Amino acid sequence: MNAKTDDGDAPRPRRPGRSLLLLCGGALGFCLLLVAGQLVLIAWNGLDYFWPRDLVAFETKAGGKALGEVHARERFHPDGLAAGAELPTRIQVKVANRERTGADFAWIDERELAREWRPDDALLLERLEWGNFHGFLRAVKRGEETLAEGEAAWPLLLGLIDRKTAERAELAAFEKGELEDVTRALEQIRLARRRLELDAPAAAELAERTRALDAEAAWLETRYAALAERLAADRVRLDAESAVLATIDGGETALPVGAIVTALRPNALGLLGKLRLWCGRVVSFVVDDPRESNTEGGIFPALFGTVMMVFLMSFAVVPLGVLAALYLREYARQGVLVRLVRIAVNNLAGVPSIVFGVFGLGFFVYGIGGSIDRLFFAEALPQPTFGTGGILWAAMTLALLTVPVVIVATEEGLAAVPRAVREGSLALGATKFETTWRVVLPAAAPGMLTGVILAIARAAGEVAPLMIVGMVKLAPALPIDRHAPFVHLDQKFMHLGFHIFDVGFQSPNVEATKPLVFATALVLLLLVVAMNLVAVSLRNKLRRRYATSAV
Amino acid sequence: MADPSPAPAPGPATLEVDDLRLSYGESRALHGITLAIPRRQITAFIGPSGCGKSTLLRCFNRMNDLVDGVRTEGDVRFEGRTIFGPGVDVNELRKRIGMVFQKSNPFPKSIYDNVAYGPRVHGARRASDLDEVVERSLRGAALWDEVKDRLRQSALGLSGGQQQRLCIARAIAVQPEVILLDEPCSALDPVATAKVEDLMHELKKEYTLVVVTHNMQQASRVSDHTAFLYMGRLIEYGRTADLFVNPREKQTEDYITGRFG
Repeated sequence: MNAKTDDGDAPRPRRPGRSLLLLCGGALGFCLLLVAGQLVLIAWNGLDYFWPRDLVAFETKAGGKALGEVHARERFHPDGLAAGAELPTRIQVKVANRERTGADFAWIDERELAREWRPDDALLLERLEWGNFHGFLRAVKRGEETLAEGEAAWPLLLGLIDRKTAERAELAAFEKGELEDVTRALEQIRLARRRLELDAPAAAELAERTRALDAEAAWLETRYAALAERLAADRVRLDAESAVLATIDGGETALPVGAIVTALRPNALGLLGKLRLWCGRVVSFVVDDPRESNTEGGIFPALFGTVMMVFLMSFAVVPLGVLAALYLREYARQGVLVRLVRIAVNNLAGVPSIVFGVFGLGFFVYGIGGSIDRLFFAEALPQPTFGTGGILWAAMTLALLTVPVVIVATEEGLAAVPRAVREGSLALGATKFETTWRVVLPAAAPGMLTGVILAIARAAGEVAPLMIVGMVKLAPALPIDRHAPFVHLDQKFMHLGFHIFDVGFQSPNVEATKPLVFATALVLLLLVVAMNLVAVSLRNKLRRRYATSAV
Repeated sequence: MADPSPAPAPGPATLEVDDLRLSYGESRALHGITLAIPRRQITAFIGPSGCGKSTLLRCFNRMNDLVDGVRTEGDVRFEGRTIFGPGVDVNELRKRIGMVFQKSNPFPKSIYDNVAYGPRVHGARRASDLDEVVERSLRGAALWDEVKDRLRQSALGLSGGQQQRLCIARAIAVQPEVILLDEPCSALDPVATAKVEDLMHELKKEYTLVVVTHNMQQASRVSDHTAFLYMGRLIEYGRTADLFVNPREKQTEDYITGRFG
């Protein structure tokens, strides 16, 4: 107790303020604990997923064998356990080899375990299909010819995988490049024919233009056939070499090297090697395309889609919100009507987001998009161009969703600009517009950016409305590519928020993809934090520049 | 009450106020003021708080227009022409009649941009012209030597007195004919006040100055003419020397001797 209390030695009177203070502090502490716990949980689970685990071999007393990563050890209630007996332990092992065992995971009862060891040559393959493979390398073959056997096969396999990865990338570039150019050109011709039908020109012109189109189409068809042949040949070449593999239970199988993404022997890796591998996996998770209906591979398209959608949304919402706030605060006669508008705007922020989704579908997609299609893309109908969900409509829907936030924040920023500053400008003979534009708006810019920050944070995490205005589980292409006009606002897109839901709850292999949920959530979290940091630093810069508080 | 001599000074009047009445909604702030402000001299308005001196000052550049529910009757003529007529361009009027406020109100911009603001608004674009105007104005406001090395820094980093002189520089940058000063020193310390007062003496050579002050020493130090207002009425108007030494009205005498107000 402090000696300086004014009541000296007398019993201290009850101070209700003290317990209230404790209560407030406790509430804050609890909130912080929850937030920190959430962050730690997501970060730990997300990053742990990429850490290479050892492959442990198990042999049961009955002679069964398994090779896999240990994911959990837990006590369980077996049938027929005597009352009061100690609970036995079982081990959850990711055994992979999905095409053989039917499931990625197996439970092993520790009581039945005969031995457990870590073979140095245990092999882990990441494959394009069927998930991972656990086993041992026996040989590398080209056709029937054996290229290498035993230990000599391992360095050969690694070299081959590098070469095949390069070949696969080339093939993909060829498919996305030359081949797609031709298919696109053919589609253009189909559309040109349809346009011709719709235009219905004079018979002579019709015949002439049809002939031109036919000639071009024929040329393209032959070119397509040649390219397709080349593609098939390349595919065959890609699969020429195969790895002969053994599983721990004695089975043998051959796998084309072209279908292997990476090969590693985790038990032989040191800490440094594992660390390097971990970094490589994190990077490829962020920059790679997903495989196996999103349960494997990376999340790049979802990341890209999210960022682009948020950018589009910001471009739409900032001018709209700022101008609306400007009118409400600076120009509108303050009265009952403006108060009503303000209340309505504030309430708009509380409308459930799915309602905005429905509105976006009805207004943007079917209304505006449908009209655009009828006016400019009639030849493609009934296939819709803008009349279906797309990244533009998703961004517009979210802009509508977040515009109240921007309006409110901008209004507050405008209200904080001192009257004296406005008068100073007007007294110099500036008009009201000049005053607003050159003095008030810059001074209110930090407030606006606060609104933008809140809008971005909300938009990046919103999923529900997007599901009906253009977000998809798997988009075939990014909304930006090398085909004119380069930015395809009508394209469907992937989104991290939906990716989390899809991977976690819509995939056939939930147990295996659970860590992906955390990893994707971590990326989404970091993305929102990064975008906010950019906006916050911009705001602080502006605040220093346009600080209105006099010294 | 005796007639409060409307034009005490010889020489031409820049502003002529003719039976000006003004009310905010129901309450009347000015009850028929008539006076004339002589050119290139300093005229001070004194009086207790709420006497209408600031309101009268803000009529001259029509800043009262910004307040809702203001009604004015009577007339103010600037260089012989009414400022209330329908054809009057308020922005042009405010360009010719500048104003410095009680609390310094630099824009949250650099020192340079503050001074260049007026000329830019009125169409100056060439960098060399603006440089020249900024230097001339800052010199005119006796601030150049103090800020010439940090023109690009924020004006909010200046001291209170410097900020007020910056506001004066900003006002003279648009080359007005009249400068209205609304208690320009009330927030300043004595040293800064002395600098602003010296500056006013300098400015008098080129501009007509009207200053509102509640500081009678200041009024007696700087002004050539003084008008004493009380409860929205002009009580006495005359040469400063006469008014302070030999007031004609009892109320004036009571006020300047500190018996009320």
